[in-house]
Amino acid sequence: MASLPPIDLPSAATGAGAFDTPAPSEGSALFEYLLRLGDDSLILGQRLSEWCGHAPSVEVDLSLANIALDLVGQATHFLNLAGEAEGKGRDDDALAFRRDVLDFRNCWLVEQPNGDFAQTMARQLLFSTWQKLLFRSLVGSSEPTIAAVAEKAVKEVTYHQELASEWVIRLGDGTEESRRRMQEGLDWMWRFVPELFEMDDLAAFMAEKGIGVDLPAIRDEYDRQIRDVIAEATLDLPPDQRPILGGRRGHHSEHLGHLLAAMQFLPRTYPDAVW
Amino acid sequence: MLTDPGLWEVLASVPDPEIPVISVVDLGIVRSVAPDKVTITPTYTGCPASHVIERDIRDALDAAGYRHVAIETVLSPAWTTDWITPEGRAKLAAYGIAPPTKGAVHCPQCGSVQTEEISRFGSTPCKSLWRCRDCAEPFDLFKCH
Ligand SMILES: [Zn+2]
Repeated sequence: MASLPPIDLPSAATGAGAFDTPAPSEGSALFEYLLRLGDDSLILGQRLSEWCGHAPSVEVDLSLANIALDLVGQATHFLNLAGEAEGKGRDDDALAFRRDVLDFRNCWLVEQPNGDFAQTMARQLLFSTWQKLLFRSLVGSSEPTIAAVAEKAVKEVTYHQELASEWVIRLGDGTEESRRRMQEGLDWMWRFVPELFEMDDLAAFMAEKGIGVDLPAIRDEYDRQIRDVIAEATLDLPPDQRPILGGRRGHHSEHLGHLLAAMQFLPRTYPDAVW
Repeated sequence: MLTDPGLWEVLASVPDPEIPVISVVDLGIVRSVAPDKVTITPTYTGCPASHVIERDIRDALDAAGYRHVAIETVLSPAWTTDWITPEGRAKLAAYGIAPPTKGAVHCPQCGSVQTEEISRFGSTPCKSLWRCRDCAEPFDLFKCH
């Protein structure tokens, strides 16, 4: 699918935190890998929670809030594991609320603004389909703690994918207006898909260890599932766009900083507050 | 596995905080009971009740003199609605929540199978929202999971 060369910012663009050691130690690699897993879930969970009280109907409001809850639950587990791998005493809260934007390792897709409801559903379809296949593979991870979270979460993510698929089909095969918006949402989010399958040194290292997933191996199945939904929705497969990479190394769109400002404001203003 | 009937009794008295008609034992989240350790598993990854459940179990154990018994939370094997006990299913139905089923969904009010899903997600992550086309009552279905 990706015939155009990717856009990837030079790693010198960020000062600290970028993963650039040629031979990663297993501990630091595991920490980075868990951040990728945890940050994807955390950031999308935060994004979806922005819909709370604003969704098109109360049922959709509940659905998005519940998906957000599942994702934040995943993030809690992955970030706690990341803190343990790092061994510096940071827990899930410390990693979620006291890291700056350059230290986040999520993909670009999840930090994209919600846009309209169609755009949110396009993002959800593209992400949940990927996450389901990813977790399905991670169930066989040689790291039992990761396998346990994946085994637990894959059942929930299957539900997320079904919900998103149903809405993409309903809107795509709907009115002229809903179809136009659904197509636009899909076209916009499409450019962030190649990053989901990017195998950089860290991803390759983790896959080699049997801890992580060989992402190209799940690509065909991903394409097949996405194509099926797009076809049933009577939508057009978006044209190839120049893929954008870099989230895994801390390069993000400006949107992430704004999201973090909202998410981190309270715990940073009142550190260790209890009530 | 060594089981202490007294411990099981204490656990069976701890209600689920979101569906208080069933206990944590009915819900199937108590995985094992040893003389010094109770092992539990969360229903959903992000279930906000998980912390409350653990605290409630701790309080109940302490009050019953089992202060030395630790609580361990495990993720694997992942919880499934198949672990809800027959008593738990009966209590759910009596309370007005359709128990999880792979077949037709019966209205918990009138028993009709003329029912339809309104929303895939209900008031909590574990339930979806349904309505009965015969008696017109909306109801929660405990989702198969
Ligand atoms: Zn009825």
